[in-house]
Amino acid sequence: MSTANPSELDFSPAPERAPQARLVRPSLSYWQDAWRRLRLNPRAMISLAIVVGLLVFTLVGPMLWRLDPANQDLEQLSIPPGAARTAHIVEPYTAWRREATPGTGLRLASEATTQSVRLVWDAHPSARAFEVFRDIYPPTHPPTQSTQDALGIPLGEISPQDGLAFEDRLALEPITYYYHVVPVGAGNRLLSDARETIEVEVTRAITLEEATQRGLVSTGKKTQVGDEVELAWHPLGTDYLGRDMLARLMYGARVSLFIGIVAPFLYVLLGVAYGSLAGFVGGATDQTLMRFADFVVALPFLLFMILFKVLFGIGPGESGIIPMLIALVILGWPATARLVRGQILQIREESYVSAARLMGSPTGYLIARHMIPNTLGVILVTLTFAIPSAIFTEAFLSFIGMGVAPPTPSWGSMSNEGIKTMLVSPHELILPAIFISVTVLAFNLLGDGLRDALDARMRSVE
Amino acid sequence: MWRYTLKRLIQGLITVWFIATTTFFVMHFVPGDPLSDARATSEQIRENLEARYGLDKPLYQQYYIYLRNIASGDLGISFTQQNREVNDIIREHFPVSAALGVLAVVFAALGGILWGALTALFRNRMPDVVIMFLVVLGVSVPSFVFAALGQLSLVTLNDWLGVSVLPVAGWGSVQHLLVPALVLGLGTMAFLTRLMRSSMLEVTNADYVRTAKAKGLNATQIFIRHQLRNAILPVITVLGPAIATITTGGFVVELVFAIPGLGRFFVQSVQQLDYTVIMGTTVFYGGFLVFMVIAVDLVYGLIDPRVRVE
Repeated sequence: MSTANPSELDFSPAPERAPQARLVRPSLSYWQDAWRRLRLNPRAMISLAIVVGLLVFTLVGPMLWRLDPANQDLEQLSIPPGAARTAHIVEPYTAWRREATPGTGLRLASEATTQSVRLVWDAHPSARAFEVFRDIYPPTHPPTQSTQDALGIPLGEISPQDGLAFEDRLALEPITYYYHVVPVGAGNRLLSDARETIEVEVTRAITLEEATQRGLVSTGKKTQVGDEVELAWHPLGTDYLGRDMLARLMYGARVSLFIGIVAPFLYVLLGVAYGSLAGFVGGATDQTLMRFADFVVALPFLLFMILFKVLFGIGPGESGIIPMLIALVILGWPATARLVRGQILQIREESYVSAARLMGSPTGYLIARHMIPNTLGVILVTLTFAIPSAIFTEAFLSFIGMGVAPPTPSWGSMSNEGIKTMLVSPHELILPAIFISVTVLAFNLLGDGLRDALDARMRSVE
Repeated sequence: MWRYTLKRLIQGLITVWFIATTTFFVMHFVPGDPLSDARATSEQIRENLEARYGLDKPLYQQYYIYLRNIASGDLGISFTQQNREVNDIIREHFPVSAALGVLAVVFAALGGILWGALTALFRNRMPDVVIMFLVVLGVSVPSFVFAALGQLSLVTLNDWLGVSVLPVAGWGSVQHLLVPALVLGLGTMAFLTRLMRSSMLEVTNADYVRTAKAKGLNATQIFIRHQLRNAILPVITVLGPAIATITTGGFVVELVFAIPGLGRFFVQSVQQLDYTVIMGTTVFYGGFLVFMVIAVDLVYGLIDPRVRVE
């Protein structure tokens, strides 16, 4: 046998074999694998795109839309998005001499503009005086019904000696008004049966001087009375003080996202440090540290948010963002600390850690190589879920008036202002509310996606 | 069980002490005090007022008096509302917040269990998809938006029907309570639905369900007796913290619906630095929440014998 007497042939290299199909897939690191999984999740990817879009909106937006969010456009208060913004150039206001106006019944003496609405009517036999009302809603009740509240705001009482006319100059908006003139009989009783109503469509007017001041008139061509000019453009409308909604939403995003991202980042970091300390040291230190964390958890969160916010105070001219940030960090860390401690305790007992220790790895290496990479996924997921709750907290506090100080816009404070005029100009509430909801939704879905991608054990049941 | 209860109660008391102490010191480090408004015009008046409220004593003595008063159930007199005791304020306004909160929790729990069970039953089919979409929406929309929407739909409804079916705001009857409570419970309901769904799905694959099936029980019986009863357990565990979130979260809903609850008083007292009202409400709320959580845990122990063994 050749085994007994090895020949020369046995020591020569074997002939090269034909290469076989390689079945090895490229080796992926943990993060590459997570990214691959995340990319397959359309919901998470859309959310990621929304988050990036929001960041662009906040950081790049104000550079493109250079309008001061505190700037007031008094010509356009509470203007909904896409509203007409033409204005007629009119003569400067002059006092009304109450010339005779042809016609009968309640009628207009001149064209109704935002400068003034001039009403004229006829005498009524039993009228001691006339009460003038203005309403923004069409009259719902028949004139026989003597309901005063259905007439809108009372503008004034006119005595017939002063002439049967009334001029309204009270905060006129370019919308449709319903004017009611009700005769007042003996004993100050409103004679609702004899009520007269007129529907007045008010056009926006601006004097040439004002238009020139605001730079609405192009210098090249001659503009005169009767011409139309375009007022400043507000793509998303204005709020009740005439401030541009788009600019305010951008600056508001700055506040909301700053608090929403920085605060969780800081408190998760604090929680990681605290939790890993407790987990590593163990024993009595661990017990004490975690008991303290339990106490902090038991503090009624919102009450203490408000208390701490007041404690760190708002000086004059400050916006109150930093106090809110500190308060969030102080109250937010224990959840992460608990989680990280649990993770560390678990990983410490894993066999690969024992194996590494057996082979003589120093503690530093164990922490850097095994502990941190293995908790990072969980920490990242916690962070993503902490962001929406921080955004909520900011919005909540600003909403109840304990958040950022007034001139600074934040989505929460904008909602707070918008809710007061919800029925008349809904866009002032809807826009910031949509921004909050979409942001929170995006971070929630991204968090879900990250959890599925990063941590097999926490994968949600589908 | 008794040992466990006692231990939890002692822990709870220590927690309340911690809350009280934190509030006290945070309060006293806030710049300014309740007397730094127009009332204390001269040095003499200020001194008299300080003596009346015990603010002239050193801080540790104030702290001692404060703790002693809390222990005897006296939360002091309000600084800004003449001669009004904090106990009275709480007695008057807490039941309002509590009624709202309790109803909200009931709505949230019932809704969460119902929707969660439904989604698990119709897993990956139309009802599941629709409900889960609503759940994601429910978690993402802030409560004040729900409150505004709730109010808006009430206005529209009343306007449309021509009669006031449900009042839009205010307080006084059960009708006033319904919509605010529903609005307040929505967020928690969404959260509980999610929890209930995953716990239902887990239970569906459990051995005892397979055994029940093998024994030939019908599907309804298995669903009610085995799946539902077991799946509810995790929902009950989070009910304690949920009560906490709901009762303090009531601030916004109280604000929007003009409900005279405790929340408004708290915000007001913080703005006016009304020491006693702030400390009183915080300690009261803190204590309430701590013992709610303990109560829920103890009830849980009664329902599920497994947790009693600690």
